[in-house]
Parts: sequence; structure tokens; C-alpha cells
Amino acid sequence: MSELRRTPLFLRHVAAGARTVDFAGWDMPVQYPTGTLAEHRTVRERVGIFDVSHMGRITVDGSGAGRFLDLLVTSNIMTLAIGRARYGLMCLEDGGILDDVVTLRLEAESYTLVCNAASWDRVTDWMAIHARTVGDVTITPRRDETAMIAVQGPSAGDALRTGCAIDVDGLRRFAVSNERMQGERRQGDICLEVSRTGYTGEDGYELIVEAAAATAVWDRLVNDGGAVPCGLGARDTLRLEAGLSLYGQDIDMTTTPLEAGLDRFVDLTGDFIGSDVLRRQSDEGVTRRLVGFAVEGRSAPRHGYEIRAPRTDDVIGIVTSGGPSPTLGTGIGLGYLRIEHTAPGTEIEVDIRGKPTRGEVVPIPFYQREA
Amino acid sequence: MTLDPERLKYSREHEWVSVDDDHVATVGITDYAQEQLGDVVYVELPRTGAHVAQHEKFGEIESVKSVSDLFSPVGGEVMEVNSALEDGPEGVNEEPYGSGWMLKIEMDDRRELDSLLSHADYASFLAESEQA
Repeated sequence: MSELRRTPLFLRHVAAGARTVDFAGWDMPVQYPTGTLAEHRTVRERVGIFDVSHMGRITVDGSGAGRFLDLLVTSNIMTLAIGRARYGLMCLEDGGILDDVVTLRLEAESYTLVCNAASWDRVTDWMAIHARTVGDVTITPRRDETAMIAVQGPSAGDALRTGCAIDVDGLRRFAVSNERMQGERRQGDICLEVSRTGYTGEDGYELIVEAAAATAVWDRLVNDGGAVPCGLGARDTLRLEAGLSLYGQDIDMTTTPLEAGLDRFVDLTGDFIGSDVLRRQSDEGVTRRLVGFAVEGRSAPRHGYEIRAPRTDDVIGIVTSGGPSPTLGTGIGLGYLRIEHTAPGTEIEVDIRGKPTRGEVVPIPFYQREA
Repeated sequence: MTLDPERLKYSREHEWVSVDDDHVATVGITDYAQEQLGDVVYVELPRTGAHVAQHEKFGEIESVKSVSDLFSPVGGEVMEVNSALEDGPEGVNEEPYGSGWMLKIEMDDRRELDSLLSHADYASFLAESEQA
């Protein structure tokens, strides 16, 4: 086995007593000593902090940058204003999802693309290949030069104000801006790209900083800002309650954005890689769709379990993500169902290790914060 | 009640057992097992009066992130199950050798204990499996 990668914050996690796991080749904290449930509640009620430096960060510069990203991403990047961020999918020609990404536009001709850790090689290769067809684009992978920190929860803004003296009041949801905070003595100012984005269903921010400044920012947010370190375990339960897809589990190259119910992130009026296939799929209608469901009883659905029509042997779908919902107290899941079974309220049966378990299709998100 | 881990016997499936003079074995999962599982949300236990064989599945334990089978380190009749785990499954995380116990079994054959690991052997077994 090859050596696991470590983020610039790795020693902070070890010092805090985190248990780490191999996540897409990275040695990442799955939970700190208080455990996933406590971390989950902290994010729902106060503020948690996550090291998400394993995610990919790629800068795209040049007069062709917007056009290039618009070709690669399903959402409309040409209408993305400076200081805004937008979620989208990168598709293959056949409409299968290569990755889900967030595009940040910081300047007129400078964008940052954030992709999944496991997709790094594929995404950077894909971008390099297609950059040749569009003029004046410079692609700069910045994963190793930078770190990324997510500060999530109702008190996330307070944590940034108190910890880093950054005022984020003016930053709307999906806005992004360049900020500075004072570094340690002799260190000079620290530059941060701050976006009001996240993967938890709560208000929150994601920060991109140069790798050398990562521990200073982390320490400030934890010690002065009151943000509580949280691991990948809580990140997963939080995103599931928020109904957010996980690449490699709920979406992948064998699923399309329309099957995944991500229609609102697909601009079918535009031309991007995969758009012809997706337009056709939109006209003809999808035959399966990713939906949320809740089950009765105390056993939770899990990835890979079969879903059947109630009291029959008719397999109508499969669970892609599932587990106990800490906020709702029931087992919830995401899964693909044949289209005729996807209406909210439809009864289903999940095969939980041989036990047929009653459930119902419910609207996602499972959990929505109060506005 | 918290038992001294050094005086328990262990299975390779990460269950512990403590036996009193009356052939009644108390069974639970180890501290290592609860740590690997993370926050336990549900423990499914057998009915009292059920019979389990040594190393046979007796229930399931579900944590936030995964679910695992529970195997009995000894065979016998289930005399009592820890009903407190029904509403307080976190007892398994908090006190795996105490309030997180799962079953009391009237053992069929005390000799089954001979095939289990001592505390020191279990510690070596964990060290080996961590390296693998």
C-alpha cells in the first residue's frame, strides 16, 4: 500500500486525539474523541470546523477561462458573476458524471474549481485534455500549495469574526471574496478565499488558504472562534440529512445529473460536454431517479441494500447512501428508484439484511435549517 | 459495575466474557470494538430463553456509520439481556465492560472458555491485526 497523504493540519488532528482513516488515499480524521453524534449536534446547534484540504483546488485563468469552464460544467458559468460561486457537474460525453464541482469566480478572468479528493487525477487530466480545444486558458492545480477549511453551523459567522477578525456579514449564500487576516508575528498577513458554501445543510463558510498558514487559521478558529473540530463521520451524516449527493456513492460515471435529481444545476439551453445526451434524456424522461426515503424501526438502510415494492419480490431500486439520522432519529437514505415509484408518499420496502423493512419516499432535504 | 478487563476472556470477534462460579457468563464487546464502531445507536439482542452456540451470531450492533454482527464467545441459554441498551445504546461506548454488557448466558460447557484469549493474548491479537 502506498503512503497515505497528509493535509497541512494532520498533526492538529493527531494532537486532538482524532481517529483517522484512509479516505481516497488521504489519512483523514473520521472523528474526534467526543464522537460523530456530538460533532453532528455541534454543527446543527453551534459551529464545527472541518479539514477539507483533501478536496481538489484548481485555478483556471485567462480570457478563455469562463468559456472553458462553461464547456466542462453543466451549470451556466458564463452568467456566474464575479464574487459568486456555483455548484455543477462535470459530465462525460454520454452524460455520466465525472465529478461534482463548485466553481468560484474571484476575478473577471480567474476562477477556482473545487473537486472531490478521489476525482483529482481524472479531473485534472480531463481539464488538461480539453484546455487544448479552447484558447487562452491556464490551469494551475493548487491542491498541495493550499489548505481548505470548512466552518459550518449557525455560529460560523461569529467564529470567523472572533477568531480571524473577518466580517462576513455582507457575504450572501454562495458569495465568495478575498479576505486578509493578521498572521502571527513576522508572518505577515494571511490571504483567504472565503465562500459562503458548505456540505452540511447549515449556514457556513469554506476557506482556502496557503498551506503554510493553515494551522494558524485553524488554531484561531478553534481557540478564539469556538469552532469544534469535526471529522468525516459527521460530515457524512450532516450531508445525508441535507440530501446532498456524495460522489462515488450516490452519483458516478454510470448516473446522469437528471437521474440524480440535479436538474437545477444543469443548463439545458447551453452547450457543454454531455449536453446533447442530457437534452435527449430530458425530452424522453428518465427511467429512474435518486430520491430520499425514511424507514420504520431502528435498523437503518445502508449503501447497496435492495429496495422492493411492498410485499413483493419486485426489486425497484437500490440504496446508495443510508444511516440513522441523528436529528430525526429515524433511518434515512438516498437511492435510485424506478421512476413510477419516486413520488413522495410512495410506500417501499428496504431489504435490511434479509429483513423487509417498511419505508416511504420523502422529499429531500430531510433536514432544513430555519431561515 | 465495571469489570476488570485483565480478568476477562476474549474472542477474536472482539467479544468479552466473564464467568462466575455458577456457570453464568456475562458477554459484551471490547473497548477496541466500540471504538471502531463509533457511536452505537441500536443493539439487537436475542430473547431470554434462546439458545446460542459458541461463535454463533446472537445479534446485531448498529452505529452511526456501520452495522456488525455479534457473536457469542460461549454457548448456552440466554438468561438475561441488558434491556437498558434498548433506550441507552450509548452505554456500549461509555462502559463496554460495565453498563454496556449485553447477555448473561448459562453456559453449556465451561471447557469452551479454554479456546478463548486471555487479556494479554487479545492485546497481541489486536497488535497483529493492526499491522496487517
